[in-house]
Amino acid sequence: MSSKVKIFVPCEEANHVCDKSQYKEASLWEKIKLNLHLIYCKACRKYSKNNKKLSHSIKISKVKCLDKKCKDAMKKEFEKALKDQLK
Amino acid sequence: MPEHEINPSKWIDLYSDYLFNYTITRVNDRDLAQDLVQDTFLAALKSMKNFKGEASERTWLISILKRKIIDHYRKINSNKGKAEVRITYSDDESEGDWLEERIADPFDKTAEDTMQNSELGDAILNCLSKLPEKQAEVFRMKTMEGQETEVICNELNITASNLWVIIHRARTAMADCLKENWF
Repeated sequence: MSSKVKIFVPCEEANHVCDKSQYKEASLWEKIKLNLHLIYCKACRKYSKNNKKLSHSIKISKVKCLDKKCKDAMKKEFEKALKDQLK
Repeated sequence: MPEHEINPSKWIDLYSDYLFNYTITRVNDRDLAQDLVQDTFLAALKSMKNFKGEASERTWLISILKRKIIDHYRKINSNKGKAEVRITYSDDESEGDWLEERIADPFDKTAEDTMQNSELGDAILNCLSKLPEKQAEVFRMKTMEGQETEVICNELNITASNLWVIIHRARTAMADCLKENWF
């Protein structure tokens, strides 16, 4: 590691870490930096809060989506039917 | 002049997630739900001329889907030869006198929580459909399907930092949208 350790990070990076931590992909060091940033940055605190709320909502709502493959398969079949219909 | 136009070529993009989500809370099986949604689209296509434009497309599709789900339960019940139809003798609120319309909805049991959650789910999907296509796709893959960053990057041919930028925009938009409609 370089001799100068960055402790204070800009907002962009803080937001990036915040996004990452929603998916549990932020490292411990990143999280420390994020929390330090949140202490003095109101805008990022707000973003962080909303972000967590969003994650939580999606989790409790148990939304399920079709993945792209299924959708493409569905589309193909549907388009075939659509053509037949127009004949 | 009907109030709502019908445009089948956009159905799958616009409604498949919504219909799928609706189905999966009722049948609890991914493959089956997918088949039902597919059937619904095909059936809707066939009876397109019956669409009067009084309701929105989505409502109309849902009404077809409902029949499909009911048909499915009727079929498995007769297969087993035992009636698992649970009748909750309902109040005036429920429409229809048909037995099928009184099949216990799995939702009935856990009442309000689940109901609220399903409404929240609708709100989320609604917001998701308002995002630009690319954002919506990345967000969906990452958040709802929980795929690895690397996998998504490879599939969509984007870099990791690119992905995080997209995710960030999507999350901001989603949070704003939900704030208006839900929180």
